[in-house]
Amino acid sequence: MRHLSTKATCNSHGQDSSYFLGWEEYEKNSYDKVQNPKGIIQMGLAENQLSFDLLESWLEKNPEPAGFKRDGKSIFRELALFQDYHGLPAFKKALVEFMAEIRGNRVSFDPNHMVLTAGATSANETLMFCLAEPGEAFLLPTPYYPGFDRDLKWRTGVEIVPIHCTSSNDFQITETALEAAYYEAQQCNLRVKGVLVTNPSNPLGTTLSRSELNLLISFITTKGIHLISDEIYSGTVFSSPGFVSVMEVLKDRNCDKSEVWDRVHIVYSLSKDLGLPGFRVGAIYSNDDMVVAAATKMSSFGLVSSQTQYLLSALLSDKKFTKNYISENQKRLKNRQNMLVMGLKRAGISCLKSNAGLFCWVNMRHLLRSDTFEAEMELWKKIVYDVRLNISPGSSCHCTEPGWFRVCFANMTEETLDLAIKRLKDFVVEHTANGHSKSNNSSKKSKRKLLPKWVLRLRDRDHEPDER
Amino acid sequence: MALNKNQQLLSKIATNDRHGENSPYFDGWKAYDKNPYHPIDNREGVIQMGLAENQLCFDLIQKWIRGNPKASICTAEGVHEFKNIAIFQDYHGFKEFRQAVANFMGKARGGRVTFDPDRIVMSGGATGANETVMFCLANPGDAFLVPSPCYPAFDRDCGWRTGVQLIPVNCDSSNNFLITKAALEAAYERAQQDNINVKGLILANPSNPLGTVLDRDTLRSLVSFINEKKIHLVSDEIYAASVFSTPSFVSVSEIIEEMECDRDLIHIVYSLSKDMGLPGFRIGIVYSYNDAVVNCGRKMSSFGLVSSQTQHLLASMLSDDEFVDNFLKENSERLAKRHSLFTKGLEKVGITCLKSNAGLFVWMDLRRLLKEQTLESEMTLWRVIINEVKLNVSPGSSFHCSEPGWFRVCFANMDDVTVEVALERIRVFVEKQQVKNVTVEVALERIRVFVEKQQVKSKRKFQSNLKLSFTSRKYDESVMSPHMMSPRSPLVQART
Repeated sequence: MRHLSTKATCNSHGQDSSYFLGWEEYEKNSYDKVQNPKGIIQMGLAENQLSFDLLESWLEKNPEPAGFKRDGKSIFRELALFQDYHGLPAFKKALVEFMAEIRGNRVSFDPNHMVLTAGATSANETLMFCLAEPGEAFLLPTPYYPGFDRDLKWRTGVEIVPIHCTSSNDFQITETALEAAYYEAQQCNLRVKGVLVTNPSNPLGTTLSRSELNLLISFITTKGIHLISDEIYSGTVFSSPGFVSVMEVLKDRNCDKSEVWDRVHIVYSLSKDLGLPGFRVGAIYSNDDMVVAAATKMSSFGLVSSQTQYLLSALLSDKKFTKNYISENQKRLKNRQNMLVMGLKRAGISCLKSNAGLFCWVNMRHLLRSDTFEAEMELWKKIVYDVRLNISPGSSCHCTEPGWFRVCFANMTEETLDLAIKRLKDFVVEHTANGHSKSNNSSKKSKRKLLPKWVLRLRDRDHEPDER
Repeated sequence: MALNKNQQLLSKIATNDRHGENSPYFDGWKAYDKNPYHPIDNREGVIQMGLAENQLCFDLIQKWIRGNPKASICTAEGVHEFKNIAIFQDYHGFKEFRQAVANFMGKARGGRVTFDPDRIVMSGGATGANETVMFCLANPGDAFLVPSPCYPAFDRDCGWRTGVQLIPVNCDSSNNFLITKAALEAAYERAQQDNINVKGLILANPSNPLGTVLDRDTLRSLVSFINEKKIHLVSDEIYAASVFSTPSFVSVSEIIEEMECDRDLIHIVYSLSKDMGLPGFRIGIVYSYNDAVVNCGRKMSSFGLVSSQTQHLLASMLSDDEFVDNFLKENSERLAKRHSLFTKGLEKVGITCLKSNAGLFVWMDLRRLLKEQTLESEMTLWRVIINEVKLNVSPGSSFHCSEPGWFRVCFANMDDVTVEVALERIRVFVEKQQVKNVTVEVALERIRVFVEKQQVKSKRKFQSNLKLSFTSRKYDESVMSPHMMSPRSPLVQART
């Protein structure tokens, strides 16, 4: 360990092993319908496995991109050599049009303002490098995607200051919470450079309302800071209210020529909407030329494989395909989410009302022995070991209220989901019968408990795939 | 005003120049982009010789792809794998991919060493690999020594976002640009005196831009140097399989098998961009003998994983031993042939290059065409080469070469015909210089004769007449005073 950088050695501290139990246990004992029917079902991985058949059938009908061909001619050489960080023009065009389509064509995007990156992981880190110095901070509403601690902070030295959201108003962002976070940052002598939101939210599965978006825009305008909207789940919105992108709100407020226009940036990826996390396709979209210029240069550290750009440019340029895919995918997600929500309801478990994402934000507060994070951990271990479901505890998402869990529904078959629900139902029945939980009446707001240290200093897991 | 405001709103990294793209080096690229050569559509265009690409073996790869449809997830034969591959984002990478890359790396070193697939860490090209290694080994403000001339983008890759500084260790033609322990020691001492914390040494072997391989003795002395100082050695071996004649390539991985060394200090960077000619596919590799660096690097690889589609293709291709053996052999032979064609063509017009046996370029010696042995003269000559000779070559200064007059010229990114066109242009250019020189010689001879005549006529009027003769418009303006003739060359300098 000697002679290494601080970044390389800081991982050895502050890493609570209990969080990784879930993953390790899953790896050791993975559910398989035939080989291991009693194994652990993976519900901690936000993957979209519902619509591969649509992609596969497109591939079968379109053999050219597969064989590196265009109009019968081989373009292998061209692709093999193509490393221009401006990206394949046909791909960027197709991607911005796809993004516009997802937003009902209420906004349009200019391919020259888009920068391709190796996944949203790289996009978020790159934006930090462009917008903040080491030691400066971004405000993030909690609960948030655990990977942000690595993506936004690790190599950049940027700090995250939480904007506390609670169930009292369904975790919506309030002006009070924003101001409180800004103040907290100042108290810690941290210069705030911007706000980063995920819309639709991970882990909540909800879309930001127009009023929240307006609030955010007003806030960043007053403070003169940036707003990053990570819209990686924008294509997974399956019911009302629909998806409203921050760009739409800016447009509605006639902000196109104003200063704040240049300080709003979008992050996107095809990992969730198209279910292609392996392909490492991410993007930064910014109205600010300087950000685009700087981010483009930085993208050299993580360009998208030209082989992949080419395949996807063909796929996404097929408008008939994209139109059908978007609507079919949303339908399937809606059905699947409904399955989980109803199943949990039958087990006496409620979820935050959600309209997007690949997961539900599940309320198991009534199953906690006490209103503490220790009790949450205790419950979680039971769910992993006894119920044999790997789900994500709210504390790992920096939630201020114990008892919430993120449960994914789109990364398994219907049959497996059914089984998972059944196991959970059996567990709840047994659990309640044994008097393990508090009474269902305890609905009073819990006091903010100190988060366990390891949550605050959450670092990288040894073998964690890039799940969200 | 808006710019200043932007600069406040953006980070220092985003607004500084360490990305290196504002250097005059890119003028050549701009000239090429504005007027690219094409054998049919634009025969007067600029020929790109500044891009180190290997375009010689695509036919071999294409043939393999056609014959192996399963390796593509989009063919009828391969599509059943589509879902599993599209989902796979584990930063360990496919086991088959790592095994195949380890296999390829071992074969590129003649099977003299083997590589452990579990030490193979992915990155966004060698660009990403070098940055990742720096993030793992050094803190902002720390320094790495780098023998120069070196790859221009090392500064961006190693230092832009990491805050690491690079300290050049100058090598020159006095000893064929060899790295000496003395030079390293001197650079190290100077850094110590300046209170700079040197964390290691980074170099490319085979060398870019020299095209040479490090000999065993030099490698051993480098390893003992870093061992003694307890600093890291990062060996960028991106051209390992682009060695086409003797002496053969010796990798640091071989050296550490034969001498005492703290392996925690040894790291290799690799990529398939040069050896296989696949820069578009972004296949970078960090291979470290230090477990902590492997672990940390692997986590960092999340920022630049290789597309699973690409991993799948290459896993299949590189585990085909027959293909790999044939590819390595063919690639080597074709590079040798092209290198020979080019260097012989240059020799015919009296241009020499550093003797080289690797890489996709030659290190061309144009010192004698410089007006003065200065950077300015090199830049002037370079602009002539771009604008008049219409070749984009790379001036030595962009590689931080301390000796003016050297140019890197790439030869593997074009077909044979274009090579001939380039050689012809060079021939014409050199001959023009010689004609100019002959004219100058004739002119000088006339001056001498005239002066002698004057001396005979009148000694007193000598000076003024001489003055007259020098201002006479009879002579080409490029004629310089005999006093200014370079002591090195009998030829008067070219008009640059």
